[in-house]
Amino acid sequence: MAIAMAIRSFLFLLLLFFSSLNPILSLYEDQVGLMDWHQQFIGKVKQAVFHTQKTGRKRVVVSTEENVIASLDLRHGEIFWRHVLATNDVIDGIDIAIGKYVITLSSGGSILRAWNLPDGQMVWESSLQGPKHSKSLLLVLTNLKVDKDNVVIVFTNGRLHAVSSIDGEVLWKKDFEAESLDVQQVIQPPGSDLVYVVGFAASSQFEMYQINARNGELLKHESAAFSGGFLGEVSLVSSETLVALDSTGSILLTISSHNGKISFQQTPISNLVGDSLGPAVITPSSVTGIFSLKVNAITIFIRVIGEGKLEVLEKTNLKTAVSDALSISEGKQAFALIQHAGSEIHLTVKPADDWDGNLLKESIKMDRQRGLVHKVFINNYIRTDRSYGFRVLIVMEDHSLLLLQQGEIVWSREDGLASIIDVTTSELPVEKDGVSVAKVEHNLFEWLKGHMLKLKGTLMLASPEDMAAIQSMRLKSSEKSKMTRDHNGFRKLLIVLTRAGKLFALHTGDGRIVWSHLLQSLHKPQACQHLIGLNLYQWQVPHHHAMDENPSVLVVGRCGPSLDAPGVLSFVDTYTGKELSSLSLAHSVAQVIPLPYTDSTEQRLHLLIDADQHAHLYPKTPEAIGIFQREFSNIYWYSVEDDNGIIKGYALKSKCTSEVADEFCFDSRELWSVVFPSESEKIIATVTRKLNEVVHTQAKVIADQDVMYKYLSRNLLFVATAAPKASGEIGSVTPEESWLVAYLIDTVTGRILHRVTHHGSQGPVHAVFSENWVVYHYFNLRAHRYEMSVIEIYDQSRADDKDVWKLVLGKHNLTSPISSYSRPEVITKSQSYFFTHSLKSIAVTSTAKGITSKQLLIGTIGACFTGFGT
Amino acid sequence: MKTTEVIVAFILTLSLLSFPSLGFQSDELLVDDEEFGLEGAPQPRSPEPIPSRSQPVTTPTRKRHSDLDSDSKIQFSLDHAFGDSDFTPAGTFSARLKTWSHGGQTLTKLRFSRNSFTDEEKEKFKNLLESDDFYRIRLPSNVLSPPGRDFIISSVKARCLPREGLDEHFVIHMEGINVLAVNYGSPGSCPYPRNLKLPAKWSFNSHTVLKNSEQAPRAPVFTEEILGGENGEGEVVPPPERSFWAKYWMYLIPLGLIVMNAITQAMNLPEEQAAGQVPAQGQPSGGAVQRGPSSAVRRR
Repeated sequence: MAIAMAIRSFLFLLLLFFSSLNPILSLYEDQVGLMDWHQQFIGKVKQAVFHTQKTGRKRVVVSTEENVIASLDLRHGEIFWRHVLATNDVIDGIDIAIGKYVITLSSGGSILRAWNLPDGQMVWESSLQGPKHSKSLLLVLTNLKVDKDNVVIVFTNGRLHAVSSIDGEVLWKKDFEAESLDVQQVIQPPGSDLVYVVGFAASSQFEMYQINARNGELLKHESAAFSGGFLGEVSLVSSETLVALDSTGSILLTISSHNGKISFQQTPISNLVGDSLGPAVITPSSVTGIFSLKVNAITIFIRVIGEGKLEVLEKTNLKTAVSDALSISEGKQAFALIQHAGSEIHLTVKPADDWDGNLLKESIKMDRQRGLVHKVFINNYIRTDRSYGFRVLIVMEDHSLLLLQQGEIVWSREDGLASIIDVTTSELPVEKDGVSVAKVEHNLFEWLKGHMLKLKGTLMLASPEDMAAIQSMRLKSSEKSKMTRDHNGFRKLLIVLTRAGKLFALHTGDGRIVWSHLLQSLHKPQACQHLIGLNLYQWQVPHHHAMDENPSVLVVGRCGPSLDAPGVLSFVDTYTGKELSSLSLAHSVAQVIPLPYTDSTEQRLHLLIDADQHAHLYPKTPEAIGIFQREFSNIYWYSVEDDNGIIKGYALKSKCTSEVADEFCFDSRELWSVVFPSESEKIIATVTRKLNEVVHTQAKVIADQDVMYKYLSRNLLFVATAAPKASGEIGSVTPEESWLVAYLIDTVTGRILHRVTHHGSQGPVHAVFSENWVVYHYFNLRAHRYEMSVIEIYDQSRADDKDVWKLVLGKHNLTSPISSYSRPEVITKSQSYFFTHSLKSIAVTSTAKGITSKQLLIGTIGACFTGFGT
Repeated sequence: MKTTEVIVAFILTLSLLSFPSLGFQSDELLVDDEEFGLEGAPQPRSPEPIPSRSQPVTTPTRKRHSDLDSDSKIQFSLDHAFGDSDFTPAGTFSARLKTWSHGGQTLTKLRFSRNSFTDEEKEKFKNLLESDDFYRIRLPSNVLSPPGRDFIISSVKARCLPREGLDEHFVIHMEGINVLAVNYGSPGSCPYPRNLKLPAKWSFNSHTVLKNSEQAPRAPVFTEEILGGENGEGEVVPPPERSFWAKYWMYLIPLGLIVMNAITQAMNLPEEQAAGQVPAQGQPSGGAVQRGPSSAVRRR
């Protein structure tokens, strides 16, 4: 059962965090439009291509899992240019052609684009279609020159294309649709005009096509059957030798072709390893003559010595990452190997033909919070003494990108921040007495130097470097970036959980990383194989002991991708980033409900709902259960099954009736359900009010000087549904067959308080709910424009309480408790407006007391912000 | 008598004629839609626009009849459960299924017949009242092929229902022939400290309402319309007329004072005159005496 929790916004730019900040930073009028800080990220690097043209500056072009292509400065790691492709436009491959174009293949191999390397302008785009879905492969033939033109060979959707890299024109194409061919690789032997297409047909037939790269003519077709079948990928070892695994993963096949004859050699893996421990995997690599196998945690490097003879070069159980081959001189190749050993990583660069002849061997101290090395990209340069130097770009487990050169980390980028799952805030420490300025200024010399610099600045003697130093000093000492709490509570720590499972604390003043923490490193690998971070909650916010206790956050994670995998809780101190404790749960975590109660140590009570709709109370203390029992009958929750179109409401029933006595586990009962007809409605958005929102006034004076009372219920849920046909992209349906329905649902009783249909409109819906109003943004197909609507909901049962005399005499019902079980007497008001921009996210400002007027913050596609009064 | 019959018949036919025209109103709107479509983006006129979603039908009290649309009677049952017990039949809804000429189907004329509680059920209900537990009901999500995809469940604290008898209130949210949700509860309020109160008589007093979705008002599509609208609004909506007193109090109060002053003087004058005429009779007040000359001056 898939339960969608409250919509989490995957905000791409850090800038957008402000929208989820609470309470939000307030601005003075003259500060509008000024940016405090702005950071750009690219995401986990999938592929990197180095550009080392003599004339150009040293750059590296990368493609990432966030569908970004970027050109980075190799010396500092800054972004020269960056393009964020659409979410469904996944990049399959990148390469550089004719020295000035970056070629990208994306969208399942159907779009080929060329970008100008210096400035990132798009040069051409061509759309490649084919008869059937298949693997997409990109190959730039650098040594095949046709009138100064590099030919780009693209295999996509069962068709081989040759595209001119100058204008994107398709030179020739050849279909491979006839057979049930599963193409694995497109190979170009160096120095020839031939292209080999290698693949499997019917899972046990090995096929090889030889094609003339100049005109697409099929020169030769060879095939051979192997009864054992094939597993996964093939790896190219040399121009006529390939290695593959049989379908059981226990026999290594060496496939060689000599003069049109394909021959197989079988080698059981147990012969190589000694005792086979399980199925092996070939690590993709392109080093001539060498390939590597992974059997469980053991990595084996094997050299192929002609005619299918194999030689084991090295067996290691260290975590290892290998780069692709880099040709350093005529016929010579080198590759980089990184191995973990404790807190250090060993970087070795080896020539392809000599395993023991290391070209480079370096040890680098690596922060354990970065995790394992996932990818290595090697690049060479010429040292000042004219010898070859090597530098490597490594991608870590936390998605960060580092450049290693001369045994040092030259630069690092925290690109895990490109994929943020959840954000919460934490107060900074209270400024303690006795922390004097002298302690902040390191020593007298520093202090004197600072003053000298400032003096130089005022006397206009400062050089640009001095100016920069003065500027950075000012920034450091400025009020904004202090590590202490300010009077108004504007300065905060942003606690951010990324998709890589890393926790960051960022300072709101300047966006710097205060601490970071990889969740995976907390746990023993055998306890939890694939820890996935899910959510962040404020666990403990000390008010009474704010001086001597640190706040902490609760990180909820899950072991493995399936929904009913057991959960993991981790409690992290927000000032230091240290883990206080962690729990491996026996149950799964489908939903986490922070309860509005805290115990005597100010730990917030949390209710975790598992996949079987049992509720588990945390912290597991007798005090917590005492508080919980008092409010037992007042706890309700709901679940949204958005693929099913059902919203259900639950209440607690009794203690769990399981064999293991667990007094913190409770059974639930289903109280209500709303079933949307699957043929006409599909849930596309759900939004609730923020739990900690403060509303200052209940009354609102409307235009005719009348007073209305806001219907303020914490249990309201806004749901938007759309016609199933219209849940795709904008413009895929006609206005007649698309509609959008907005609902306001009370989550205690399941009452639909308001329901309105927008005909001819469709999603995506972005909505924000605050006080008694909800603003939502959608597309109006009839008007071909985006539209925004607001629904305000007012309580009519209090409409008579307008008389001053009643208030004076106390004859009002303003203090009577509100019950969801009373029949609500509400009226709604709504308005719609056209809005020209498309949205990425929408939020509302909130302040500590709720007095300041609300502003809508709108993040548009162009990453700009708009403020609106409400 | 004959004439009254004729009049009644006439009114009936009038109503018969007029109600279909009510039904057509929304059809006209749809025609509008198509015109917009034709002007905005050329597309073929579909003979059946927006099937299954149309015509907000409120409570089925109004008599609607149309020769084009066919009616059929359907029934679906209401089940209830006490606390965590299983669901048992509790009553039947009967309604007319109206099939519109464009293919949509809606329910009208919803009636509800509630089975009275058996003794056992009464006992269960009393237990619910004592433990302040939930009384739960359910409906099929599709009235034509129950239970449809799933049952629609709703529940209420049992202590909210008893009044004189047992008062209940259903709001059934429909979408064509699908039941989306049902709001179930007491027709009035049920404030939080729910007190234990046994009903005087064990009979249900049920109110049912059928609800369909509201239509959002359409924003003007074309710029002229928007401009027109803006101009219309731009003509400075006059602020609400204030009362005469609110507008002119600053003039009225001095005026009132002057008038008052004048009146007192006018009152004094006869007195003075009377005093002048008969000085020995009254007790001339000092003020009157003092004012005497001034008034004399004025009289001049």
